[in-house]
Amino acid sequence: MSTLARTAVSYRGAAEGDSLSPARPGSRASSGAQGDGAKSASLALEGVSLSFGGVAALRDVDLAFADGSITAVIGPNGAGKTSLINVITGVYTPDRGRVVIKGRSYSRSPTSRLASLGVARTFQNLGLFKGLSTFDNIALGLSFAARSTIVEQALGVGRARAEVARTRRKTDEALEHLHLESYRDRLVGSLPYGVQKRIELARASVAEPHFLLLDEPLAGMTMDDKVEMTAFIRSVRSRLGATIVLIEHDIGLVMSLSDRVAVFDYGRKIAEGTPAEVQADQAVIDAYLGVPHADEEA
Amino acid sequence: MGDFDLSFFIEVLVGGLLSGVMYALVAIGFVLIYKTSGVLNFAQGPLLLFAALTYVSLIERGIAAPLALVLVFAAMALIGIAIERTVLTPLANRPPITLFMATLGLAYVVEGSAQLLWGGQVHALDLGVSDTPFDVYGVFVSRFDLFAAGVAGLMVAALIAFFQFTRVGLSFRAAAADPYAAGAIGLRLHAILATAWIAAGFVALVAGLLWGARLGVQFSLSLVVLKALPVLVLGGFDSILGAIVGGLIVGASEKLAEVYIGPFFGGGIEIWFAYVVALVFLLVRPAGLFGRVQVERV
Amino acid sequence: MSSPASLPAAARWLFPVLAIAVAVVAPPLMNSDYLYEAILLPFLALSLAGVGLNVLMGYTGQLSLGSAAFLAIGAYAAFNINLRVGLPLPVTIVAAGIIAALVGVVFGLPSLRLRGYYLAVSTLAAQFFVQWALTRFPWFSNDSNSGVIDAPTLSVAGIHFVTPLGRYYFTLTIVALLTALSARLVTVKTGRDLMAVRDHETAAKIIGVPVLKAKLVAFAYSSFVIGVAGVLWAFAYLRTVEPDGFNLDRSFQILFITIIGGLSTIRGAFFGAAIIVALPLLLARASSGLAGGALDSGSLDMIQRIVIGVLIIGFLIAEPDGLAALIQRAPNGLAGRVRPRSSPATR
Repeated sequence: MSTLARTAVSYRGAAEGDSLSPARPGSRASSGAQGDGAKSASLALEGVSLSFGGVAALRDVDLAFADGSITAVIGPNGAGKTSLINVITGVYTPDRGRVVIKGRSYSRSPTSRLASLGVARTFQNLGLFKGLSTFDNIALGLSFAARSTIVEQALGVGRARAEVARTRRKTDEALEHLHLESYRDRLVGSLPYGVQKRIELARASVAEPHFLLLDEPLAGMTMDDKVEMTAFIRSVRSRLGATIVLIEHDIGLVMSLSDRVAVFDYGRKIAEGTPAEVQADQAVIDAYLGVPHADEEA
Repeated sequence: MGDFDLSFFIEVLVGGLLSGVMYALVAIGFVLIYKTSGVLNFAQGPLLLFAALTYVSLIERGIAAPLALVLVFAAMALIGIAIERTVLTPLANRPPITLFMATLGLAYVVEGSAQLLWGGQVHALDLGVSDTPFDVYGVFVSRFDLFAAGVAGLMVAALIAFFQFTRVGLSFRAAAADPYAAGAIGLRLHAILATAWIAAGFVALVAGLLWGARLGVQFSLSLVVLKALPVLVLGGFDSILGAIVGGLIVGASEKLAEVYIGPFFGGGIEIWFAYVVALVFLLVRPAGLFGRVQVERV
Repeated sequence: MSSPASLPAAARWLFPVLAIAVAVVAPPLMNSDYLYEAILLPFLALSLAGVGLNVLMGYTGQLSLGSAAFLAIGAYAAFNINLRVGLPLPVTIVAAGIIAALVGVVFGLPSLRLRGYYLAVSTLAAQFFVQWALTRFPWFSNDSNSGVIDAPTLSVAGIHFVTPLGRYYFTLTIVALLTALSARLVTVKTGRDLMAVRDHETAAKIIGVPVLKAKLVAFAYSSFVIGVAGVLWAFAYLRTVEPDGFNLDRSFQILFITIIGGLSTIRGAFFGAAIIVALPLLLARASSGLAGGALDSGSLDMIQRIVIGVLIIGFLIAEPDGLAALIQRAPNGLAGRVRPRSSPATR
């Protein structure tokens, strides 16, 4: 997998302007209209719209995530934030528009190949494997890279030997980074919520992804947990240099943690910029303080 | 196959459609339970056996038919409420598969009890409708099948009237649409679930009598569930209309296949043909004809 | 490799080693053919089938209602290989397992698109189709009446396993080997993938677990093991079988073994099979003792159905992890010990 990842690195920065992306039939020419995206972005959404039975979840969204940045996506409930991550990870297929990952543009994100493309995510309502231990949950983040056959695994020979050793080393490292050693062999289903959130971050980061999509990593946590988690997210970024997309409600933490902020309302991107710019934006203030609207989608 | 006999084809088709009504009759019992509790109730077949067996046994003991009907319906209602209280309530919030397996256990209990109570021998059941075919423009149609279709139509009409025009029916539909919201606005979920089970018991009684008159009241009656499953798959587990249309499709295609394709395989393909039709259909449209498509939430 | 059940390594070995030691030494002391013919041989074959189904249902979360079809495929494949090709018995058994595995993959293909109840329909299709084919096409049973086949003598390298004790040891060897292999499989990387698919299929897919491959592996492996169990059922236990013996009730029997024994435990299959095999014998004895034989066999059958049904419901409500969990907790109420919770959730 490390070879794969390294090859992938060379793609970085190739996406902006899209002149290098393979021209696939039906792929619409990108106008490069990513507004103020001066830095290169190998993860982007282009003109994405998504609706469920007539209810629009995303409306013509253009959004590029600058390499190595932390971008926060904020907005009221039902603004389409989770749908955004679900489109990037192929859980939903957009009605229109494309997802760009490392210079390739997709009308439907290739879910099962995402891990090898360097995309990892966490889930709003925890996507852990409840019947497995913390160790196994994190180790599964490395599953995609394994090449050994079942026979090799059963006998513990050949490629399986090296893979087992590598999995153990990497997983134990991740356990250590996120201070999870004491939970190593516990079943995750029985652990406190904050710990489970950390395990998910460990699982998402164990394979050293290039893009890390975090869906409300701080939701439902105590203040202490939030501060700790913020530090973990920072350390993951500095360790891996990953591009991080962060969905969060806690505006205070968002402003201190992120380089850029995109604000969504009713499925539309209503503002984008640095935290300071966004805070001063009238549309944002309206969305948060103005007309209240019903919660449709969390 | 050179000379295709149209009137024979129509005869087979009509016979198939009419026996499809009989399948739909069983499937509707499943739909009622599935709509309210999300359970595929495998015990519906044994319940049908129980109803039919109790009815003939009462008749054989000299009880007048109307009284016997009332008694059996009362028994089915009590059994339904008992199942809701003792089996489903303790299993609330468990995965659907667990609930399904519990209904397998339930099927064994009901089957065993029915026969322990009334014995395992075959009883003839005469509803006073002869099975003599009569001639409609050269096509022979079974009188009994027509009668069964009429009864089925009346029953569906009664169910629809009940759910559309009564207070209980209204809360039933509310609960089916959204159990949480229904609970929140003070609808008594227990009462609603019990209603569903009583309605399913009623359907089991009607289906049991018709099937019993057709096949004789015996153990194999409980196996008609196996005919209902492909019907449900075609129609979607949560749609009464789907159950009817699915039943007609399964009935017709099964009979036509047996007559026109069966001979090439040495016959008897009715046993699995419906399943193959259902499977092929599923691969194209996983939610069935009228089932609700579930949007995945992560 | 870490195991969710964090028993000390020594304790994890203790149980199987003891079990095998007892299984080898104890039965000959009793010197009763009845013990082998009526209890131990069906117990072993059904246990193995339970182990196979558990890999699919307990570990991968894929509901199957067609296990008996794969028992039948194993039995009839071995019969035909022996009849028409004439390979050594161990090769025949493996080949029969592989044929069952291939058919398993075919009927498992819908699982790539279908979940839960819909998948149950696919496995039921296997149940009916296989039973129909074996009855309908006389080739499978070498033109015998209504598909009945007689098993050949069990012999490996010139050694014949004819006596009940011989057949018992033969069966025990194969069951022990495949059980050990299964126990190993669920702890290696592929086993972890299976459980990830079981616990959260969408998350598994997104983080790169090869979900499709995992499902097909589960179907193939499970069918292989059940197929071999079918060979043992036909060749070592019954010696004469017909397609009707592999009906839906048999499939449910295997399903119930895994539920009662405990989903997601290998040893649970043995506990479950013990209950299922012992129950009718105990009921018959109880009836002749208590009721003085007043109950006819039909009534006994029905009572047995009721008891099994109640057991299933009871276990699902009170102890979803089955007898295996119950037994593990019984002797030592040690606090803080982690036990695996099955979650055969198909979402």
